[in-house]
Amino acid sequence: MLARLWALVIKEFLALLRDKKSRFVLIGPPLIQLLVFGYAATFDLNHIPYAVYNQDSGFASRELLGRFQGSPAFQQVAIITHNAQIAPLINNQKVLLVLQIGPNFTRDLLLHHPASVQVIIDGRNSNSATLALNYVNSVILSFDTHWAATHHWGKPPAQLVVRSWFNPNLLSRWFIVPGIVALLTLVVTLLVTGLSVAREREQGTFDQLLVTPLNPLEILLGKALPGFIIGALEGVFIILAGVFWFQVPFIGSILALALGMALFLLAAIGIGLMISSLAVTQQQGLLGVFLFLVPAIILSGFATPIANMPELVQDLTYINPMRYFLVIVRGVFLEGDGFHELWSQYWPLALIALSSMTAAAWLFRHRMQ
Amino acid sequence: MKLQRLRGLIRKEFIQIWRDPSAIAIAFVMPVFLLFLFGYGVSLDARHVPVAVVVDQPSAETSAFIGGLQQSAYFTPQIYGSIQAARQAVMTRRADGILWLRGDFSRQVLQGDTTSIGVFVNGKDANNARILQGYLQGVWQGWLQQRAASAGAALVIPVTGQDRIWFNPALRSRNYLVPGLIAVIMTLIGALLTALVVAREWERGTMEALMASPVTMGEILLGKLIPYFFLGMGGMLLSVALAVWLFAVPLVGSFWVLLLCSSLFLLAALGMGLLISSAAHNQFVAGQIAIIVTFLPAFILSGFIFDIQSMPTAIQVITHIVAARYFVTILQTLFLAGDVWPVILWNSLALALMATFFLGVTLRRSRKRLD
Repeated sequence: MLARLWALVIKEFLALLRDKKSRFVLIGPPLIQLLVFGYAATFDLNHIPYAVYNQDSGFASRELLGRFQGSPAFQQVAIITHNAQIAPLINNQKVLLVLQIGPNFTRDLLLHHPASVQVIIDGRNSNSATLALNYVNSVILSFDTHWAATHHWGKPPAQLVVRSWFNPNLLSRWFIVPGIVALLTLVVTLLVTGLSVAREREQGTFDQLLVTPLNPLEILLGKALPGFIIGALEGVFIILAGVFWFQVPFIGSILALALGMALFLLAAIGIGLMISSLAVTQQQGLLGVFLFLVPAIILSGFATPIANMPELVQDLTYINPMRYFLVIVRGVFLEGDGFHELWSQYWPLALIALSSMTAAAWLFRHRMQ
Repeated sequence: MKLQRLRGLIRKEFIQIWRDPSAIAIAFVMPVFLLFLFGYGVSLDARHVPVAVVVDQPSAETSAFIGGLQQSAYFTPQIYGSIQAARQAVMTRRADGILWLRGDFSRQVLQGDTTSIGVFVNGKDANNARILQGYLQGVWQGWLQQRAASAGAALVIPVTGQDRIWFNPALRSRNYLVPGLIAVIMTLIGALLTALVVAREWERGTMEALMASPVTMGEILLGKLIPYFFLGMGGMLLSVALAVWLFAVPLVGSFWVLLLCSSLFLLAALGMGLLISSAAHNQFVAGQIAIIVTFLPAFILSGFIFDIQSMPTAIQVITHIVAARYFVTILQTLFLAGDVWPVILWNSLALALMATFFLGVTLRRSRKRLD
């Protein structure tokens, strides 16, 4: 039986790698996506364009503005002198924010009166606005600490000391790149398995396969194994690229990640084979893969947190294998997770793998008669 | 070019659309499906973030601080007995961060010393962690202000920032995501519509029949462009209606400007589809190319969710050839800020150039040849 299975696997690989186009589909897009996602998909802000409207002539405002000029997160693009100049700059997206300092800024501060800075910000992109406001606040905060210490202000009763675990500089790349491991592994595995049976049906070679001594289970295994091998290879490649090219730390257990990946691959293959046995043509297979992939990616926590979704949608994510694997891969990369911490992710993934494989086997047998 | 022949072609196309509803499904069902999926699935508004709170010695001072946390809609504070338990909660993902008021908090506050409040956030999701930090800073500042007010003392923070947020005062992420989504979705649909129908014509061999007739290539292309333009505009209007009425995104700008910009954009997207189909003569390949060259770039490189200015320069340059980039800017401005002419005109010009380019190249490449 092993020899027969082996022959089928070899045949599958030959069919996949024979022509240039399908070889390209397996190698080209994942590589491009890795680079584009890795570099372009970032929530970090740098060079935030801002304008200054300073009505104060004292040294305090200059000192505060100097801190903005010195920060790599900000880039001053204009100095304005009238109120009317604010609206065009923001409306036309020349600047994201305008810092407005009133005429008595330095005087107030020297008299120990609290002063304020007006931050007028473009809220069109609410996420950038939120982050930019946080950056502005932290610059003001560091100015405050310095000013209070050097100008004999009363000390605040409590200071906030913020530390962030696992990602001290809060780089979003550390969050996105491990996510790409899950994303591309899923895409490639689904493409390989989702189209495999449909291609044979379309080319008429499926009937030939049926008259061979192979039984249906062996055929199914022969279709599943190449997906597993290719998916695993791509996954490992992206993990290596993440560690060595994008310099994301990997502090957890390799074996814990391997187990997670194996379960995830099985789940993906099960779903791919389900699509494959339902589809009559490759086009239907592709449509099925697309219809599964898009919701699976959006509702996985890949780009935006699951906790922000409406509750009903959150419940829906429990049947999404990518949801669990994302926790595993990010946990192992950044949080140093091992088997013990990830147990709660393994079993749902195993359950999904088992049920999708069973469904695929049933469909496969059923659709042959 | 004869109007009568063109009219005949358009009539034929409409009959075909009517008989095989797959084009109608792409134009109307797909946008609704994608809009629902993304509209509900993608949100950057963190609400009710679980925060583990550790208070070593509860007192009036500490409960004043925790009170500020409990009132905020941003947090769901959970009290833990020790820092170890809180740490465990973060490790097992039951909490996103820790707020730690140490043993001597009340004593030091009352003595007038500066004590420190420990804040730990799980930085794994950097964006979320930053938002959480900002929220916690807000709670802290609110607490300081309240203390100063109740003691009748001057505020001990020299400078505070006063935010005035234009266009989207509540910073609701759906208000900017939904208009951007419309651009992303319509890029895919516009390209898919024309790419698939022309490829189908080749696949079924009816293109040969068309070529044998006296119609010119320009007429054939126009005969495809006009019907699917109307179909695409239908899907577009449906999406705008959903955005305004279902997702409650305000439409500040003028509807007619929106309509005009959308037509320009749709021409570019349909033109891209025509170009794809002139390169790929079968539906499978054409569909695959349409998905790869439109969906992903529109999603990632259009500024719809990731800020373009923060990308590396090389990638910023690439974003200029993504049509969705211009339309995302137009839509976000029209919906939230109104008719800001410089933004609208420059981006419309870019769209017009892209539409001309795609349609021009398609016309040049298309010859009455069968190979």
